[in-house]
Amino acid sequence: MPEGSALNEIIQKYEGDREALVEILRDVSQAAGYVTPEDMATIAQRLGLPQSQVHSVASFYSLISLKPMGKHVIRFCQDAPCHVAGGREIWETLEQTLGIPFGATTDDGQWTLLTTSCIGACSVGPVMMVDDEVYGNLTPDRVREIVAQVGGGA
Amino acid sequence: MIRATILVSGDPQSLGRGAEDVKLAIEAELSFYGLENEIEVGFGGGTTRAEMLPTVSIYPEGVIYGPVKPADGALIVEEHLYKGRVVEHLLTPPDALVSGRMASLPAGKEGKRYAEKRVVLRRVGVIDPNNIEDYVAHDGYFALGQALTTMTPAEVLNVVRESGLQGRGGAGFPTGLKWSFVASRPEEVRYVVCNADESEPGTFKDRMILEGDPHAVLEGMALAGYAVGAREGWIYIRGEYVLSKERLEQAIHQAEELGVLGDDIMGSGFSFHIHVHAGAGAYVCGEETALLESMEGKRGIPRIRPPYPTVYGYHGMPTVVNNVETLANVPPIILNGAAWYHTLGTKRSPGTKVYTIMGDVQNTGLIEMPMGVTLREVIEIYGGGMKEGKTFKCAQTGGSSGSIIPPDFLDTPMDYASMAEKGGGLGSGALLICGQDTCIVDLASVLLRFFKTESCGKCTPCRIGTTRLLETFDRLCMGQGKAEDLAALESVAQNMFKTSFCGLGQAAPTPVLTALRFFHDEIAAHLDGHCPAGVCPMQAPPAAPTTRHKYIS
Repeated sequence: MPEGSALNEIIQKYEGDREALVEILRDVSQAAGYVTPEDMATIAQRLGLPQSQVHSVASFYSLISLKPMGKHVIRFCQDAPCHVAGGREIWETLEQTLGIPFGATTDDGQWTLLTTSCIGACSVGPVMMVDDEVYGNLTPDRVREIVAQVGGGA
Repeated sequence: MIRATILVSGDPQSLGRGAEDVKLAIEAELSFYGLENEIEVGFGGGTTRAEMLPTVSIYPEGVIYGPVKPADGALIVEEHLYKGRVVEHLLTPPDALVSGRMASLPAGKEGKRYAEKRVVLRRVGVIDPNNIEDYVAHDGYFALGQALTTMTPAEVLNVVRESGLQGRGGAGFPTGLKWSFVASRPEEVRYVVCNADESEPGTFKDRMILEGDPHAVLEGMALAGYAVGAREGWIYIRGEYVLSKERLEQAIHQAEELGVLGDDIMGSGFSFHIHVHAGAGAYVCGEETALLESMEGKRGIPRIRPPYPTVYGYHGMPTVVNNVETLANVPPIILNGAAWYHTLGTKRSPGTKVYTIMGDVQNTGLIEMPMGVTLREVIEIYGGGMKEGKTFKCAQTGGSSGSIIPPDFLDTPMDYASMAEKGGGLGSGALLICGQDTCIVDLASVLLRFFKTESCGKCTPCRIGTTRLLETFDRLCMGQGKAEDLAALESVAQNMFKTSFCGLGQAAPTPVLTALRFFHDEIAAHLDGHCPAGVCPMQAPPAAPTTRHKYIS
């Protein structure tokens, strides 16, 4: 996290509560895109926890990233209900449209392509999240449209 | 224009019990109100049990009355069709419809929504979830008020126990029993935790309740707190449910302002505070002890059990952990009594169940039905039938860790006990309906990839077992299966089921075991290099980034 004060604010919001470790890490990750080793050191010191524990918690949860992310993050649901509804085609379209495999970030740092477990929108599958927005009833054309739309503003 | 259709059951039994006169009475009453050109009347097929005949079904609402006498026919026309009010006392009890066939859809009426039995979802979509007054206007917090002013904690617990309410998270454990474990502990400090970490693929019932009727969950928690002697409640909500969390926080704020939560609720001396704790993305945290670990700021790794959370839960104190849907069932039970609850559902599994329907059906979404409705009824009536060109091949009931069941199960009543008897499960109520073009091997590898990803890695059977199962299914997809693979799948799956540490590893092999049992031939065909559904590539993928192998690994 670039600014130390933002990190401080998050820690203060939870009143330095050790039990809020998961929430602090998640908030930092969401605010800055990922959690740096320095962030973890600061959090460990402020909460009075060993750094090993902070790292072990940070590496456990999927909403906490330890790697830099692209400007926009696509999380595509790869579970059975979306698969049955035509997920494979969407998967291929995403990789072709962005020119990267899943798990990677584009060279210009615009896009990160990730998979996610079920996001609870199965009745409109296949589904993906672009940043905080959920998009359902995806078709290959719709995916290309969304990518152009979201990326267009950048 | 025809706005409604009335079908009087016209089978020989119904005719013998006066169906003809009922039809004549209805027609006469319709002319009296001048409705004869708007409403058509006809004879339908046989339905339900003999003592409920004749029945009168009204579409598009799908309301079914029975047994109907000629005099009732006139009342139904006046109340239902003229004034627009359902005649509650003439409704066919939901459980009477279960084993029989429900009236089929008249031609040209497809795509309409049919009546459900809503208990948990009765306010969802009806009230403004951001406004506590809307909730109160729909009997909200009445149950809590009644309990605090006229009932002792033991009486509340007793009503829940007698209602036969079972946990709606998947396992179906009796809620009243769980509460009594906590209520009988010597420790002063106790907690109520609402498990809102809904992550089972295909399940979004809890999200709909939290977003549509958040106060119902708060009221259920307060009642649980009163019954077991807890002063503090926590809602553990998955990190992805941003809107649900906002709605809950606002609901808690409003409830505290109104004095129905917080200190000295309604002047009764009982205090109960609720906090929200959001997760950070981990399926295993839906397991109750992993959830408690996560709440305490640790990795979400299950604890050894026993001791169960009812003895050693949050902060080591006795803790009730209940699913969202379970808690939302509590206020109506307190308000209407245990006997009322038993009029819904089946004898062994009372009440209603919220199902999510998805896959190859016309209408996907959420329905609430009495326990014991059959899968065929769900698909035909609520799902609107299979998608065009698809025929039913299999369904997975209960989310990714649920059973893959063949067409033989279509007429089995869906309740916890009946499904278990046939070797299936009801789980979280997710119903994934698959057409003939679904390949069982392909489906299994998608499911296993999920479990491999979400296994927490603590115990070997789950960590290695999910990996080995996935590898084997991947090989089968690529036409590289070996003769011994089927026996190995069975053995690994059985061992996971028997020796895994928590529910995740114990449930993950369920789709594999049920697929091996019910679709053995199809899996075996892959050994001979043939995918009957034509889905699997049956060859090793080229080493490009966009390969199918990547997709399922």
